[in-house]
Formats: sequence, C-alpha cells, structure tokens
Amino acid sequence: MRVLESWVSDPLSRFLTESAARVVLLMTSSGQVVAQHGFTRSVDVMSAAALGAGIMASTGEIARIMGSPRFGALVHQGSDQGMLLAGFDTPRGRWIGLVVYGPETSLGLVQLFFQQFTDEIAAAAPPEESRGPVLAENFEHELNASLRALFGR
Amino acid sequence: MNPHASVLKRVSAVRGVRGAMLVSAPDGLVVAEALMDDVDGRAIAALAAALAARLRRAAGSAGLGSPCVIHLRGEAGALLAVPAGEELLLVAVGDRETNLGLARLELLEAARSIR
Repeated sequence: MRVLESWVSDPLSRFLTESAARVVLLMTSSGQVVAQHGFTRSVDVMSAAALGAGIMASTGEIARIMGSPRFGALVHQGSDQGMLLAGFDTPRGRWIGLVVYGPETSLGLVQLFFQQFTDEIAAAAPPEESRGPVLAENFEHELNASLRALFGR
Repeated sequence: MNPHASVLKRVSAVRGVRGAMLVSAPDGLVVAEALMDDVDGRAIAALAAALAARLRRAAGSAGLGSPCVIHLRGEAGALLAVPAGEELLLVAVGDRETNLGLARLELLEAARSIR
C-alpha cells in the first residue's frame, strides 16, 4: 500500500483487511492519485486514475442530462473479478475510489466496508493547507515526489 | 407488489423476528426485504452471504455437503439463513426473544416455496 498523505493509511489499511479487496486506487475527481494498493507499475496507476475519473465525469454528465442527482457508484461484475467505482465527499473535496475484488469476497461486503472507509476518511481528513500558485519549477519536483511516495522509487 | 413479499411477511411474523430478506448469495446484495426500520439490511445481507460462502466451502471440505441451515447467535440477537434456489439465501434476523425453532421452520418452508 502506498499513500501520498499519511492520515489515509489507517482507514485504507482497515478497509483492505476487512473487505479483502485485491486492488484499491484512491484519486481526486480530477484523477490525481492519493493512494494505491495492488498496482506494480506506475503507468497502470496513472491510466486507471485517468480512466476512473473520466468515467465518473461522464456518468455525472449523463445524470445531469437526465435531471437526476449524480450517480453514487458504478459496478462491473466479471466472471473472476468485479470492480466498484464510487465517488464520495471529503473535507478535501470529492474523491473517487476504484476497488477491484475477487471471489474471496463479495460486492455486498466491499460496498459495506467502503461506506465505513469513506466515513472514516471524512472524519480523519485534516483541514486543507493553503497552497501557493503552481509554478513550473515546482511542478516537476512535486510530481516526482508523488511518484516516489506511490511507488517507492 | 414484490412476488416474495408474502413469504417474507410470514417469516417476519414469528415472535422476535425483526426482519426477513432474500439475498443474492454470490454478491451479498439485498433482493427483497421486509425489515424493521432499525435493521441495516445491507450489513445483514453481506454478512449472511459471506457466512454462507465460507461455510459451504468448509462444510464441503469436511464431507458434510452444503449447509441446509446457518444459525449465528450473537449477544443481541440471531441470524438464520437457508439456501433458496441456486443463488439465493432466505435470511431472518431476530432479537434474543426470537422463537428460533419456529423461525427456522418458517424459513425452510418459505425457501421451499421460492425454489
């Protein structure tokens, strides 16, 4: 498990233990990765984060066109693995969780513990620090620091 | 009206039973329910399906075949589950005063009518 912000560690660790999920990716609604478990290649994480955020944005737009509240979660069930993609509000803004699970658990359990996880995240989130403008000279440094935190290199 | 409503209502009528539900066994989701307001159907469904899956594997390994009745007794109540067809579980949740014998009979009878 790799996290960008340490306060995410405990709730995420509990969720992984309780739900028996295989892969978890936490990201902001713009696709910026916050934490990941189960990925080994950075390119896979970046692709999954971009696709996950894109799917949530697309379904949100469909909901808007239909005049309904935004969809809370999306589930794909395969023959061997299933995937839950769900958005949730935190004091740091709206985040998205992508969870892949196998036959050793069930969608019901994953959803149940994901709800508890999002409640814990909302309660544990510290107030956001005010940040200065993003400067070109800082961007690469911050990007590399994030990649080191997420992949240990 | 849900075709299973009358079955769930009959199980729920047993003394002490706080609700009955039909659960999808592979994914632990609620299919139909008749629950009191303070009973968390999602949690019960996930628990029942997880128990059934684990017990089916363990009982099979022990040479007992698939479980016909699952009975979990907690400090504050009890959960009963019986298979109802290929991929469904019929589940009842009750308090400490539940007439468990009658609840089990009603569940088995109800499961037969669903199969």
